[in-house]
Amino acid sequence: MSKKYILGVYKDDHDILVGAKKIREMGLKITNVWSPFPIHGIDPVIGIPRTRISMCSFLYGATGTTLALLMFWYMMVHDWHIDIGGKPNFALYKNLPAFIPVTFESTVLCAAHGMAITFLLRSKILPGVTASNPDPRTTDDTFIMQIEVKDTDNLEQIKSALKSTGASEVRV
Amino acid sequence: MEFNFKKNAKNFFMVLMAIGVVTIIAGFLINPHRTWSALLVNDFYFLAIALCGTFFVAVNTIAQAGWAVGFRRVPEAMGTFILFGGIGMILIFLFGHHDLYQWTHAEYYNKFLAGTKTPNPDYDKILDGKKGFLNVPFFTIRMIAYILIWVGFTRWIRKESLAEDLDGGIKHYDKSIKIGAIYIVLFGITSSTAAWDFIMSIDAHWFSTLFGWYIFAGLFVSGLAAMCLLIIYLKSLGHYGNVNENHLHDVGKFMFAFSIFWTYLWFSQFMLYWYANLPEEVTYTKARWDHYRLLFWVNFFINFVFPFLVLMTRDAKRKIKILLIAGTAILIGHWIDVYLMVMPGTIGRDWNGFNLIEFGILAGYAGAFLFVVFTSLAKAPLIAKNHPLLKESIAHHI
Repeated sequence: MSKKYILGVYKDDHDILVGAKKIREMGLKITNVWSPFPIHGIDPVIGIPRTRISMCSFLYGATGTTLALLMFWYMMVHDWHIDIGGKPNFALYKNLPAFIPVTFESTVLCAAHGMAITFLLRSKILPGVTASNPDPRTTDDTFIMQIEVKDTDNLEQIKSALKSTGASEVRV
Repeated sequence: MEFNFKKNAKNFFMVLMAIGVVTIIAGFLINPHRTWSALLVNDFYFLAIALCGTFFVAVNTIAQAGWAVGFRRVPEAMGTFILFGGIGMILIFLFGHHDLYQWTHAEYYNKFLAGTKTPNPDYDKILDGKKGFLNVPFFTIRMIAYILIWVGFTRWIRKESLAEDLDGGIKHYDKSIKIGAIYIVLFGITSSTAAWDFIMSIDAHWFSTLFGWYIFAGLFVSGLAAMCLLIIYLKSLGHYGNVNENHLHDVGKFMFAFSIFWTYLWFSQFMLYWYANLPEEVTYTKARWDHYRLLFWVNFFINFVFPFLVLMTRDAKRKIKILLIAGTAILIGHWIDVYLMVMPGTIGRDWNGFNLIEFGILAGYAGAFLFVVFTSLAKAPLIAKNHPLLKESIAHHI
């Protein structure tokens, strides 16, 4: 049983929200929505769980902090004591204030880059990846919703549901 | 929907104020020096919270931000305390300046002893050099100017907001954007210079170029925490049905972000002193480190580590209980912060723990602040019903 998809093409972001609600009420699964801009409040409507990227960001940030402190400990304390301005340099915690700015920067760097790369990987839009976009118009003024249908589903009913909520085209 | 300032709440605040008055009288009999310091700490703390109210309204107005419109009467009401805090500040300066500000003593400014050619052993070259700025008449004039600007603009913004309730339309909104813009500029200057005057001049030999920002960060975050607690209190009375977890989430974000901002400035000041180790700069930190070390650490943990960890997740910022805990911690933390700004300069190394005088006066000021805020909340409808962005605020969703 091969998977079949129906594409509902809309011209307005509000219409696609209403349409997506109706499709979900019919018990169907929406696999993707293409849109030229983020549509406010669509995530819960099409059944996407809340993003976990904030958790990732915390982990990347913690990694950055640890890496920076490890670097300082090794370079400035463990490997060779570097005396700058007579500051205590025989223990990490004694010279900690001097290390904080760079540690902070490293935290931000790791968190920001980690988040950006994770996002690109997760949404498969890394440079060089072929776009899975069904219609180039979604980068301009068109909104497309992809619905997964089984053989048992009534295609005509779905089509009319899409049409009634303002879809300009329906493709199978 | 009107807020009803109930009789028993009124009585409770009256009792708190009575405690404050009794403490002030007793304090002046037992230890006037300490009492003046405690008065300055508490007056400045509540004045700062009140200033945050007007600033918050002005910022949101000129940014044309819609989300905060639903509860804008709360920061407006907080702003009405500026008048009382300001008058308190003037009285404290006029009658207590010898106890608080070392630079007001006349003996530092005479090169020679009176009528002789003998050099004055108390002559202070640094203070004499700052005489053009730090002298009692100019200081008093500046102080009155600050209070007039703050109170005037607070009343003006509120007047437009109340007139809008009656007339409707967009006329008052346009006007309040202009008022807000002027106020932001004036507040940017006066908050900085007032910080130098009220707090930094206690340690008159010392100076810090980012002190104005440091005070402002503390002012903003403690005011936001107070605003958050007031909104939660009003919600618990059944008001503000339209202010939901989305709005509180944004207030929580503000508290989280400005706790970090406060820490940024606190640490910047500390680290540069620590690194450069210049005698004229490091005295400030050294006085706090040597005699107030426990409070120094408490200040850091309660104002940075605690809100940072507690308010980090999205879910935490949307829960009233967690916001209550974090808001209370921030309020306590910034009281300690103000305490640490004032006490080492006035009491110095004689300090040996908190004193009942401070807490008595704190109770008095808390009572007065809440009395004033609740009175002005009760005077106007809780929702600015004709505000052009009210609908946006109700629909706010994040």
